[in-house]
Amino acid sequence: MEHIVIIGNGISGVTAARHIRKLSNKRITIISAEADYFFSRTALMYVYMGHMKFEHTQPYEKWFWKKNRIELVNAYVERIQPKDKKLQLKGGEDIAYDELIIATGSQPNKFGWPGQDLKGVQGLYSKQDLDGVEKYAPNNKVCNRAVIVGGGLIGIELAEMLLSRDIPVTFLVREDSFWNGVLPSGESEMINEHIREHHIDLRLSTNLAEIIPDEDGRAKAVKTDKGDTIACNFVGLTAGVSPNIEFLKDSGIATGRGVMVNRYLETNIDNIYAIGDCAEQKEAIGNRRPIEAVWYTGRMMGETIAQTLCGNKTEYKPGHWFNSAKFLDVEYQTYGWVFSEKSKKEVEKHFHWRHPKEKICITVAYHGDTRKFLGINTFGIRMRHDIFDRWLTEERGVDFVMAYLKDANFDPEFYATYEADILAEYNKVMGTAITLQNKSWNRIFKTA
Amino acid sequence: MKTIKNIGLVLFLIGLAIFTALPVLGTFDLSPKDLDDFINHKGIKSEVYISDLRQNVVGKSFDGMPAFAPKVTSALEQANAQHRNNREYEKVVYAKPHDMAAELGKIAGSGFIVNHKGLVWFLTFGLGILGALLFIVPNVVLLGKKGIKNNGIYHENATNRGWIAWLVFIFLTSFYLILYFRPEYAVNWTFLVDPISESLSGNPAGQWFVYGFMYCVVMVVMAIRMYIKYRHNMYQMIRTTSVLFFQIVFAFLIPEIMVRLQMPYYDFKNAFPLDYDFFFSWNIKELMASGSIGLFILIWGIVLTLVIVPVMVYFFGKRWYCSWVCGCGGLAETLGDPYRQHSSKSLFSWQVERWLVHGVLLFAIVMTGMTLYSFFTESATILGIKTQSVQNTYSLLIGAIFAGVIGTGLYPIFGNRVWCRFGCPLAAYLGFVQRFKSRFRITTNGGQCISCGNCSTYCEQGIDVRAYAQKGENIVRSSCVGCGICSAVCPRGVLKLENGPEKGRINPTQVLLGNDVDLMDLMNK
Ligand SMILES: Cc1cc2nc3c(=O)[nH]c(=O)nc-3n(C[C@H](O)[C@H](O)[C@H](O)COP(=O)(O)OP(=O)(O)OC[C@H]3O[C@@H](n4cnc5c(N)ncnc54)[C@H](O)[C@@H]3O)c2cc1C
Ligand code: SF4
Ligand code: SF4
Repeated sequence: MEHIVIIGNGISGVTAARHIRKLSNKRITIISAEADYFFSRTALMYVYMGHMKFEHTQPYEKWFWKKNRIELVNAYVERIQPKDKKLQLKGGEDIAYDELIIATGSQPNKFGWPGQDLKGVQGLYSKQDLDGVEKYAPNNKVCNRAVIVGGGLIGIELAEMLLSRDIPVTFLVREDSFWNGVLPSGESEMINEHIREHHIDLRLSTNLAEIIPDEDGRAKAVKTDKGDTIACNFVGLTAGVSPNIEFLKDSGIATGRGVMVNRYLETNIDNIYAIGDCAEQKEAIGNRRPIEAVWYTGRMMGETIAQTLCGNKTEYKPGHWFNSAKFLDVEYQTYGWVFSEKSKKEVEKHFHWRHPKEKICITVAYHGDTRKFLGINTFGIRMRHDIFDRWLTEERGVDFVMAYLKDANFDPEFYATYEADILAEYNKVMGTAITLQNKSWNRIFKTA
Repeated sequence: MKTIKNIGLVLFLIGLAIFTALPVLGTFDLSPKDLDDFINHKGIKSEVYISDLRQNVVGKSFDGMPAFAPKVTSALEQANAQHRNNREYEKVVYAKPHDMAAELGKIAGSGFIVNHKGLVWFLTFGLGILGALLFIVPNVVLLGKKGIKNNGIYHENATNRGWIAWLVFIFLTSFYLILYFRPEYAVNWTFLVDPISESLSGNPAGQWFVYGFMYCVVMVVMAIRMYIKYRHNMYQMIRTTSVLFFQIVFAFLIPEIMVRLQMPYYDFKNAFPLDYDFFFSWNIKELMASGSIGLFILIWGIVLTLVIVPVMVYFFGKRWYCSWVCGCGGLAETLGDPYRQHSSKSLFSWQVERWLVHGVLLFAIVMTGMTLYSFFTESATILGIKTQSVQNTYSLLIGAIFAGVIGTGLYPIFGNRVWCRFGCPLAAYLGFVQRFKSRFRITTNGGQCISCGNCSTYCEQGIDVRAYAQKGENIVRSSCVGCGICSAVCPRGVLKLENGPEKGRINPTQVLLGNDVDLMDLMNK
């Protein structure tokens, strides 16, 4: 029986295994050094915050793996030997494979800062990192202040975690406004405000210079590039992640920043594939970045590779871009492409609306010449994925999207709706006279 | 703010302590006249019992119910035993000894508690309410900005099955045991709410009035907590208001007022088979004896169960009843909210749930069938089984122990919907309708789920919501009571409770929205 070995029990590896099992009877082994069972990394914050226990982050009960004949090995893969088609585990054991899927995910970036390996200095990625926060920042007695370096989605999650235990947080952000490499300025501005309202000491345009140890080798302060010294007991490094592929160094597998793969997720070596955070696309896919460290792309690559390995060679074709996140209390969703001022092309135009009081806003991107709808960002309003996916496929114009915005609303029942306000503002700014259409179940549930 | 909370906690605990001590306090002395009135009123013919009471109870002063009650109950038991022995069945007193003790206790009560009802009410209920509010209301400020407020739930003893949770379990269980099985120990509580009861129905309060009143008070206080906790979520605000309204008006006020108007006591929203004794012959007889209102209730009860309930479930899902109207649901959603995370999500629990809840439904239907058969044919047995004993078994096991003692007692341990999930026959019935013929579903938002598990953790019905959401499947489950909390706690806006066309309600998917269209078609065929 063909033996498929998967390194990494994250969402991509586990999805691949599940789908291979659905489609075939092949022998499947998953190896991971992090945890015995698959858990959702995205939920690590909620464990620290006391919303959940660690066991709640595990989507499958223990019997699931046995029932589906997915063998789990808790070990670290030190080396791959493609010639012999085998892996070497730490501790010396070998495992032979017929097909190998590399799904080893990411690791937090460290940019060579002095003191970056001190005690109490860490990223937030793995279960071990969660244990680290629990150890070095269990409460505001042990940790009088924490400094977070790097203003991205994981940084803001770490800030929220620490706040939940009343630990004062200083947040060093390189950009001059929060996440404005990705978000248009109106939104980024709103998030700045929201962060400050939570009494986070947000320091924009500020970089970490060094971390200063105490006599026990534990962080006691950070120095910024502005010359400030901030006393602290915990330093969170959340300046992005990069593929976790060092162990591949001498394997002959081609790597760039990640494991280089073609559209079939094949590496340069036969029978070896890479999926998830650690895979780097050789060819660009639309506007997507070559490495996409997000949950659902890992899952989609897992779904795709399973097809290929079970006799239905399938290209990886992610559909329209979408994503979501949460900034403290504000939910964020995006469908299609809305680029920030820093990265957008000249023809991309934006319509922005913000609620006068609440932390609610949207930005709609459209093509300046054709008025084709390009994408939408929403903060504090939930949107229906189906609808935007359909509108993007149908290449609708921005006026159409605005007129039918009610169809796309996905907020819980009885929530205040803002489509009328949004459209009024749109008509004013754009000089249009579009009328708002009522929500229609028929349109919403129309199957293509 | 923290100080206010602490003061509130202390006041609440004082009130609770006094309340808890009340069952064993007080003075009871039965005067000869009171006893004679009682005997005449009840038509008691057992001279053995009467003389025993005259000798051992009348004219003496007892300190606390533990001294008083055994005299009454043992007198009754002995008298009945003697009569049965001598085959003097006409003299046997057909009343439960503990009910008798409660009734006599109510007459015999005297002393401080009875003479200072208002004051003692304040020292128990009053301090409890005041303290609880002082504890809860500062959260408006302390909880900070609007948003999900689940911080620390698994760190805190009370909400993480610590010793406080176990104390609450013991308290609630004992409270229900007293109500159902040792009502004499509730007598002192009844004194405190006599004025309220008299102003409503004109009668002094019994233990069930205490229960009804407490139920309302607890729901109001805990609803205030809900309002503060979920103040960003209109669905929760409106739903909480709705359950509160139906509890106070329909379950509490209207029945009491009906009694004052010489009508039968009836809760118009309590649908059969949750209202399991609706078809019991004593109830039907009582309704038929009450003229047109009785007839109306009889017809209403039948229409409610056979037409209104299923039609509403078709349009809105079973939530319209279970988490908008029902009293059991109302308590679960207010008092029980801090414990919702304890419902087990394992497959095993789901299997147990399906057997149990459908078993109870079957039990209720069979029992009612037997009841109606007995009613119309006037035969007390069917196939040699006594209808009465089946009814008694149901009342004891399901009505009292499952729905009350365990159902509520286990809140802090197994979550707030133990009864609704594992036991309620009405829920099982509504569940069938919801599963097979309804416009209600929880829509999963395409591929947005990140499998974090908040939804599953906080589903009080133990539904593994994530298992559906991460596959892009809508949640169409018979047990979902539509509380809306999964949608509220989801950090990625994945879940929406909605009523829409039946077509496409159930959408099995293998591959999620977002992945290449051919692959979706291929796998989802
Ligand atoms: C705190 C946090 C929050 C996030 N929130 C979101 C979010 O809201 N939305 C979103 O889209 N994405 C989010 N992400 C990103 C998302 O979690 C990742 O994209 C996703 O987990 C990647 O999955 P993966 O399967 O590729 O890799 P991983 O989940 O990283 O799994 C790889 C596994 O392989 C193991 N491994 C690596 N090397 C070896 C080896 N040599 N031997 C054995 N085992 C090895 C690792 O220990 C790990 O267990 C978040 C990430 C973090 C850290
Ligand atoms: S699935 Fe959601 S709405 Fe239904 S009972 Fe569970 S938490 Fe409530
Ligand atoms: S809470 Fe939302 S994101 Fe998390 S598992 Fe449930 S549906 Fe998915």
